[in-house]
This record gives sequence, C-alpha cells and structure tokens, in this order.
Amino acid sequence: MSTTAPTAASGTKMDSGEEIGAIATIRLGMKYSPELREGLGLTLVYAIIASCGQIVVPIAVQQTLDRGLNAPGGPRLDYVAWMGVLAAVAIGLTSWASYAMTRRLFTTSEHGLATLRTKAFRHVHDLPLLTQNTERRGALVSRVTTDVDQVSQFLVFGGLIFVVSIGQMLVATVLMIVYSWELAAVVWLAFLPLFLSIRWFQKKLSAAYTVVRHQVGVLLGAISEPVVGAAVVRSYGVEDRTQARIDTAIQDWQNAYTHAQTYTVTSFSLGGLSAGLANAGVLIIGVLLGFTGDMTPGKVLAFAFLVTLFVGPVQMGTQILTDAQNAISSWRRVLGILETPADLVDPGPDGEVLPRGPIDVRFADVTFSYPDGPPVLREVDLAIEAGTRVAIVGETGSGKSTFAKLLTRLMDPVDGAVLLDGVDVRRIEPRSLRRSVVLVPQEGFLFDDTIAANVRYGRLEATEGEIRESAVQLGVDEWLDALPRGLHTQVGQRGESLSAGERQLVALLRAHLADPDLLVLDEATSAVDPALEMQIGRALERLMQSRTSVTIAHRLSTAEGADEVIVVDKGRVVQRGPHSVLVTQEGSVYAGLHASWIAQHSQV
Amino acid sequence: MTEEADPKGTTTADGFRVLWVGVKREPTVFTIATLGAVLFGVLTVADAWVLGWSTQHVLIPAFETGEIGTDLLVWVFVLFMSVAILRAIGIVARRLGGGIMYYRMQSHTRRGVTRQYLALPMEWHQRHPTGQLLSNAYSDVEAAWSPIMPLPMALGTVVMMVVAVVQMFIADVVMAIVGLLVFPAVVVANLLYQRYASPLMTRAQGLRAEVSEIAHESFDGAMVVKTLGRETEETDRFRAKAQELRDVNIRAGRIRAIFDPALASLPGLGVLVVLAVGVSRVTTGATTAGDVVTVAYLLTIVSFPIRAIGWLLGEFPRSVVGYRRAKAVLDATGAMPYGPDELPRTEAGALLQVEDLHYSYDPDNPLLRGLDLEVRPGRTVALVGATASGKSTLTSLLSRLVDPDAGAIRLDGRDLRTLRKGELPRDVALVPQTAFMFDDTVRGNVTLGADVPDEEVWSALRTSQADGFVAALPDGLDTKLGERGTSLSGGQRQRLSLARALVRRPRLLILDDATSAVDPEVEARILASLRDDVHGAAASLLVVAYRKATISLADEVAHLEAGRIVGRGTHAELLESSPSYAHLVNAYEVEPEGTSVDAGRDNA
Repeated sequence: MSTTAPTAASGTKMDSGEEIGAIATIRLGMKYSPELREGLGLTLVYAIIASCGQIVVPIAVQQTLDRGLNAPGGPRLDYVAWMGVLAAVAIGLTSWASYAMTRRLFTTSEHGLATLRTKAFRHVHDLPLLTQNTERRGALVSRVTTDVDQVSQFLVFGGLIFVVSIGQMLVATVLMIVYSWELAAVVWLAFLPLFLSIRWFQKKLSAAYTVVRHQVGVLLGAISEPVVGAAVVRSYGVEDRTQARIDTAIQDWQNAYTHAQTYTVTSFSLGGLSAGLANAGVLIIGVLLGFTGDMTPGKVLAFAFLVTLFVGPVQMGTQILTDAQNAISSWRRVLGILETPADLVDPGPDGEVLPRGPIDVRFADVTFSYPDGPPVLREVDLAIEAGTRVAIVGETGSGKSTFAKLLTRLMDPVDGAVLLDGVDVRRIEPRSLRRSVVLVPQEGFLFDDTIAANVRYGRLEATEGEIRESAVQLGVDEWLDALPRGLHTQVGQRGESLSAGERQLVALLRAHLADPDLLVLDEATSAVDPALEMQIGRALERLMQSRTSVTIAHRLSTAEGADEVIVVDKGRVVQRGPHSVLVTQEGSVYAGLHASWIAQHSQV
Repeated sequence: MTEEADPKGTTTADGFRVLWVGVKREPTVFTIATLGAVLFGVLTVADAWVLGWSTQHVLIPAFETGEIGTDLLVWVFVLFMSVAILRAIGIVARRLGGGIMYYRMQSHTRRGVTRQYLALPMEWHQRHPTGQLLSNAYSDVEAAWSPIMPLPMALGTVVMMVVAVVQMFIADVVMAIVGLLVFPAVVVANLLYQRYASPLMTRAQGLRAEVSEIAHESFDGAMVVKTLGRETEETDRFRAKAQELRDVNIRAGRIRAIFDPALASLPGLGVLVVLAVGVSRVTTGATTAGDVVTVAYLLTIVSFPIRAIGWLLGEFPRSVVGYRRAKAVLDATGAMPYGPDELPRTEAGALLQVEDLHYSYDPDNPLLRGLDLEVRPGRTVALVGATASGKSTLTSLLSRLVDPDAGAIRLDGRDLRTLRKGELPRDVALVPQTAFMFDDTVRGNVTLGADVPDEEVWSALRTSQADGFVAALPDGLDTKLGERGTSLSGGQRQRLSLARALVRRPRLLILDDATSAVDPEVEARILASLRDDVHGAAASLLVVAYRKATISLADEVAHLEAGRIVGRGTHAELLESSPSYAHLVNAYEVEPEGTSVDAGRDNA
C-alpha cells in the first residue's frame, strides 16, 4: 500500500478506452464484431437507392410545375400523369430499399453486438483477479449491458444513415450545381460556419459523453450498494446516508447528461440558422441572377426544394454526430475491456499438460508484491514433495494467503517462478492447471441455484450418486440429509440462504468432486463448528493421501495434523518441519502462535 | 419480475398515461420545451409562408418586370433570418427542455426505486437478484422515459400541422382534404406497429434484465469461475441469453423496418395525389399554380412532423414495459412496520428477552422452534451451536432484519416491532459473519456518516486490532477502500466491521462469529480488548462463538440445538451436563490418532 513500488505485479488497471479516437473506435469495433462488415456492400446499395428515392418527389414537383402545369400552350395532363406514376413507383422502390436496409442493419448490428457482448464478458473472466478488482462490479456489468445497448442504437439509426446523409447531401449538391452553380455556392457558404464548428463540437461532446458514461458506472455502483449490503444498511440504520450517496450519484449523472445536452443543442440550433441564411440567399441571389437571364421562377422554387433536401440530411447528420459521441463513448468502454491485456499470459496450444497424479511443488526464489506495494513475499525458495500434506501458518499479513494465490495462478510472481512437477505454472495449459489444482477460498461464492448445481461446478458431468458419495466421503452427508430439499436446496444469491459455514461445506464438496491432484485450502473451514471441522479435517487427511495438499491455516488444529508445517513471517519462510518438532523450538514464531492457540482453546 | 401485459387499454393509451405522469411531475420544463417546439413548428410553417410571400411579391414580379427594389430584398433577408433565429431559440428550448425533463424524470424514478430498495424488507431482497434490481433502476427507468425526448417535438409538430393544415385550407379546400388523407393512414400504420412490436419489446426488456443478472452474478463469483476454470461454461451461459436478446431485438427490428419506411412514404404519396388533383383544378381554373405549390410544399413540411410523431409512438412499447417494471418495484409492499416506542436514553447495557421464538424459511422444516433467551444488562452471553443450527438467523431476528413467525423479542421490555424507526440501530449493533464494506474511505466505513471525532474512530480501531494496518494505509483514515473493500483481506474487513459496531457504543453488541477470518494471535488480542471495552461501557454482549477463549469471556453460555436453547449455564456446567455440548466445543482437543499433543493444554 506504500507508494514506493519495486516491480508492479500482474494487475493492470482496466482500460477505460478513453484514448481511442472515434474512427479508431469504429475500426476496432469492426475488428471485434466482424459481422458488422458482412453484406455491408449490399446494405449500402439499398441505402443509396433509399436516399436517391427521396429526391424523386421534389423533381416530380419541379417537372410537373415547369413542363406539365406551366407548359407552353396550356397544362399537359398526360405528362403530369406519367410523372405521377413514375414518382409513385420511385416511392415504392425507396420504401422497399429502406425496409431492406433497416432489416439488414438490425440483423448485422445485433449479431455483431451479441458477439461483442459475449467476447467482452469472456474477457472479463480472462483478466487477472487484481485487474477485475480495480473496477466496480456494477460498472463492469454496465459495460456488457447498457453500454452495448447504446451502441446498438447508433449502429441501426446512426452509422449507415450518417453515410447516407452525406451521400444525400452530395447528391443534393450535385443537383443544385446542375440547376445553378451560383446558388449552390450560396447554400454551401451559408452552411460553412456549421461545418467548420463541427470538429470543435465533436471534441466537446466526446469529453462530455465520456463523463456521462463514467457517471453511469458510478451510478450503478451506488445503486448496487443498498442491494448487496442490504443487511448492513438496515442493521446500522444508515438508510438515509446510503440514500444520500445514491442521490449524489443520481444528481451527478443528471448534471453530466445535461452538460452534454447543451453542446448537442447548440450544435443543432446552428444548423437551423444556416438553413435560414441559405433560404434567404437563394431567393435574393436567385432574383438577382434572374436579371442576367439564365434563371426562371420555377428554377428558383425548385432550388428552394433542393435546399430542403440539402438541409434535411445536414440536420440528420449533425444529430447523428452528436448522438454518436454517446454511443462511441460506450463502444470505447466495451472495447476497453477487450484491449486490457489478459496479462496472465496464456501459453496457448504450446502449453504443457500436467500428468495426473500427486504433484510436487517448488517455489524458486519467489518474490511477490501488489502493484504499488511493498513485497509481500520475499525470495521464497521451498519444495513440497508430491503426496504430502503441508500447512502454511503465520500471523495475519504475514503473506501466507499469497502462497495460495500464486499456486493457483490467480497472480504471477514478480520475480522467480512457481513450478508444479517441474513446470513453470506460466507454461501450463490453463485447462490442465485448473483440472489439477483446485483452490477452496475462505468465502466460497455460490451461484443462485441448487446445491447440486453449485457442486457440479467442480465436475460438470457428476451424477447425483457421485455427489452423494463425495458427501459421505467428506462426512457432510448428515448435514445434507438434514436440509429440507437435500441437494435440490436453493442456495439463494451468492449462497446467502445458507450460513457461512454451510457455504464452506458446499465449496469443499465442489472441490472434492473436482478431484484435484493439488488441493489448496485457504481457511476453507473457518466458519464451520469445531466438531464438524475436525471431522472434515480427518476426512480430508484420508482423501488427500494420494495427492498433495497445501492448507493455509489460521487454526493450529489443522497444522497439527499436517505432514509438515511451513511458518511464514513478514514475507519469509522462517521455520518448517513437523508440528511436533516446531512446537519445541522455544521462542520461535510457531511456538508463539501455538501458545496463543492453546490459550484460546483450553479449558477455562 | 416479468410483468404481464395489461389486458386493459392499448399500448398507445398506456404510453400517453406514462407521459402524463411525467408532464404532471415536471410541468415547467415541459411547458418550456413544448413552447419551444411550438415556436419551432410555427416558424417552420412560417418558412413556407415567407417562401410563398417572397414568390408572390418578389420573385414573380421581379421576373415579370425585370426589376426589383433593394428594400424588398432586404425584407426577404430580414424575414428569413428572423424566422431562422426564432426557430433556433425554439430548438434550444425544445431540445434542452426535453433533455432536462428526460433526465429529471429518470432521476425522480430512480430516487423512488432506490428508496424502495432501502425500505423493502430483507425477505423481499432475498427474492430479487441484484442484477434484476440494477436493471430495474437503470435500463427500465431509462426505457420508461425514453419518449420524453421526442415528446415536445411531436407536440410542437401537432401545432405545426394545425397551422399547415389551416394554410392548406386557405389555399385550396379540395387539395387540403386530399392531402389530409395522409393522417388516418398514419394512425392505422401506428396501431399495427404497436400491436406487433409491444410483445417483443416486453420480452426484450425482460431479457436485458436477465443478461444483467447473469453478468452481475458471474463477475461477483469471478474468483470461483477462475479457480475452477469454468470461464467457457460461464460464457456459454451468458451467450445463450445474449443471443436470445439478439434474436428478439432482430424480430422487433424487422417490424420497425416495415413501419419506418411506410410512415416516411405516406407524405410523399400525399404530395403526388395533391399534385394530380391540383393540376386538374388548375386546368379548370379552380385554383392557381401558386396554391398547388403551397399545398405541396406544406405537405412536404408535414412529412417531418409525421416522422417525429412516429418516433414518439415507436418508443411507446419499450416505455410502457420499462415503466411497468419500475412501477412493480415502486408498488411493492411489505415495508417493515414500525411502532411509536422509544428506548430509554441511557448508557447502561440493554436487557434482551426472547420468548418462544419461532422462525422458518420453509414451513415444513422450522428452524427455530420455541427459543427462549435472556441477556441481562451488562452481561455477556455466548451462543454456541453446530453449523446450520440457526445462530445467524437468530442474530438477524435480534437486530430485526427479519421478524419472527411467532413469539417475541423484547429490548428493555419493549417488543422490537413496537419501536420507532431508528431506535434499534441506535442501541443495537450486529457484526455479521461476512463483513460488508462500502465504497468509501476507512473513516466513512467505520462512522457510516455519523459525526464522530477521529480519536474515537482510532479507539474503536485499536479495540478491533485494526489500528496497525489502517495507520499503514497510504492515506490512513482517508484511504478509499474501493467497492466492497476488495483491496483488504477478509480478516482486515472483519476488523473494520467490528470497529464500525464499537464506535457506535451500542448498548447491545451482537457478534456473529465475527472473528472467524482473523488468526489466533490477533483474535486473542481483540477479545482481550473487547472484554475491557465492553465491560467499561457495561454493554450487553451476545457472541456466537466456537472458541473457548471467546466462550470463556462469557458470563453465561447458551447452547442452541434443534431450534431451541437446550442448555444454559457456565461453560463448566454445560460441559458437565451436556455431552453434545462437550462434543461440539472440545473437538479440537480430541486428536485424530487419539494421542495427546502436548502438556501445554491445561495451563490456561
């Protein structure tokens, strides 16, 4: 926790993705969701047909007026009729193309985003434990839920329509130039300030929406507190304070959104001013051009229609650009997960597969420190023979739990190496490692399902008979039978319908069923009553005979039964040997721990 | 949480009902936004009028006479620009107002929903997964108010349409009627859309919550997933739901893909019909070419409002679903009832009496069956019982996290249920087995916002043996702990949780195996200082314990078995009278091999 850090261990901070630019974000997004590219060409063709179609009406109006209504020698009805039919067909074609485009957009973007969501979800699990812990759970959840939803809106109603809007703008410009290049220039001149200001607005919006997305994460974190910590909030009567904290998060969220909205609004209203300027300019210059001869009232009026054709896509484009910043910020946050290195590097297909059977363990000059922290373990060098039962003891903060995390590769050492069967854990194929080495932590998390389903987490294909058999072997069958629904008992969220001791029993059962070659127990029975704990301890001794077990023990009763005890003090191994030997070493750390244990558990 | 669709009333009606709730809540902002939209609408129509005026009074005369007055051109410019500026003001009022109203309504609902989370009883929380509740408070609320953004625009365009329609009638009644046929067509298209899209939107919103639920649970249990190598299975579980959501979204998208172009094409078709009718009327001399232009132009203008109304209506299905889901939380009942009674204002320990207490999670299998217990003021009672015997449940009942099925718990002679809100937490503190940390500083986690001088915080930290590691933190008391205190070890969290209870100087302190994650040395020191502290303040203490050192602290031991207190007395008396008690607490002393470890046993 000190600020003087030697080498930082595994545990990079979650990538916020903030440094990725808008175009880079879209390109990166396409990379992770290749579906978004699929059939993009055809979709674009539909989009072009759809946008070209929207120009049909004003042309029909203009043609009808000039050649039909104002035709020399009186109105020509057949011409008007033909133009009408032509326009109707064009409208039909436009609608169909627009339907095909939207349908395809929905399909590809939803496919792409489902892929992105799933990839990001998977990647969260591939991140090192320390990195996972740098981000609030609620915020992590928001990255695979609300953030993805936000991108979906943009992909369907934004991205391509923006491209099409630009297309429409260009088509309108070409048409305007065909009608009159002078008036076209007038229109572009009127819109120039808007176009020039867009970059500035984009920068502001990007910053503003980055704050918004951050506040969404904070808000979700604040909301989850009274939900997850409901018991503490109630028993301490701190509802008002918790509410005040949530209210602050809600207000900050609202302020962030309002701030972003002011930029959106300003940028959008500029578009309206430009349109007014363009209309006035067209009328005035049109009249003036009329005096030089190559302009008719019909042309000026048709041009006014063309201006609306130009203004529509410009406003649509501005709108999409502003909304896009929200979506891009969200997209960045999702991609930020994927861009965070899963820095416990997976050796890939070249990884070694551990042979089944008892594992021997070696710590070769292992040093470990948390990022920005002092060393927790210093140059630990020790070997544990295959098939032995080892207990690691030491005071709180001595570094003994770090052994468990290094052995199970929840973290990698800063220096040195952990070897299983002579293979560096970093080179072992992950599946093989997880099959051979199992950790039972102190707070065994359970999923909101039945006991059976939670136990099967250890071995997916286990039958009920096998689970029951395991329970008998561990000596927890009596407890299981006493439960109203036995194995089918629902454990509730995080297993909270069970007591802490019962949760530990399920976690043990789960680990036993996984049938590991190296079992690592980190205070796995701390909440179980002494009688049951001793019973389980004896069962484990029996079951562990053909495997290696490492137990991180607070209770010295565990150490007494181990083949060997390793005593850790201030990050170093200070004693090792069987309990009976260590306890006689007067003045030693172990003797001290033991005396204190005896004092607590002897008769009064 | 899946709400059945309301059989009464259509989605459209319900959508307007939801909006009406918003309008009543934020009338001022709504009025400003709507006036802005009206201004925008009127001025968009005025644009057409300015164009018409300029055509009649400037354009046509100029081309006919071949000359033009500068003052007229200035008028054209002034008219167009005034309209544009006023319209920009309208845009700002409408969009900023709409945004502010949208954010404020979300904030109002979120404040309401989170207040419910804090008010609803534990039993309600146990039935609702965290992920669902997060989704209710975020996505559902966002969905519920999503039509607010397009609302002012839609309302403004209603005015715009009225003005446009009036103008159309002024120009030519027959053409106006023909043009207006567009409106019933819009209504029909929308009804069809609502009917097909609503069920899909309901399903999608439910799936969003399920996706959030899986993500939340999976990230919460990330360590178990990692250590058992179940990343692939978890990803499969998530992917299945993400794909289900994707498929529903695609189906909803296809319906939208039909609806949007259908709506967009209607005004275009209207214009064609008007042109056809107009041309024939011009030939018969019933109307002028200028009027045909005006009506056609007005219809083109109306095409945007029709889309705007379409966007509003398009949001309705999602809004109604989100509102219902959030409303289900808002309407949930079962808040814990409180009485009018107060506890005596004294420093002395409280008197706790439990009489014939019954409690069950499952009616067929009652957990507590007629439990009696008394803790007299200033006394310490140790509660001893096997794993899953109901000790933790009893502590939840005593701190009124839940109410008993039958029987009574009295504090200083008053039934807990008759106490005023806030009375119990003031005098009773529960330290649970699993410590919960808030995303706050060390100080905030200890004081929970109460105004406590730092000396008292340090004193509580000393008693709980947390002063050492807190002092070593980079910012001491002001160190931020991060969500749920993940930066701390289990033992450190427990000690902070203990300090949190101690700093409040409770008159009854309940420790639910609150030192299980702390090792013997530290535990011994905590217990020693706790004895001094508690006895100094003369608080009553109920402690769930297995360790003899803890038990030895007690004036009396209560043995919980089969849902009752089966034995009471001193530790020695119970050892004497109860074999099952002796078996439970003496377990550590019975050696697996039956051999005594050493002679140091009896010297405490």
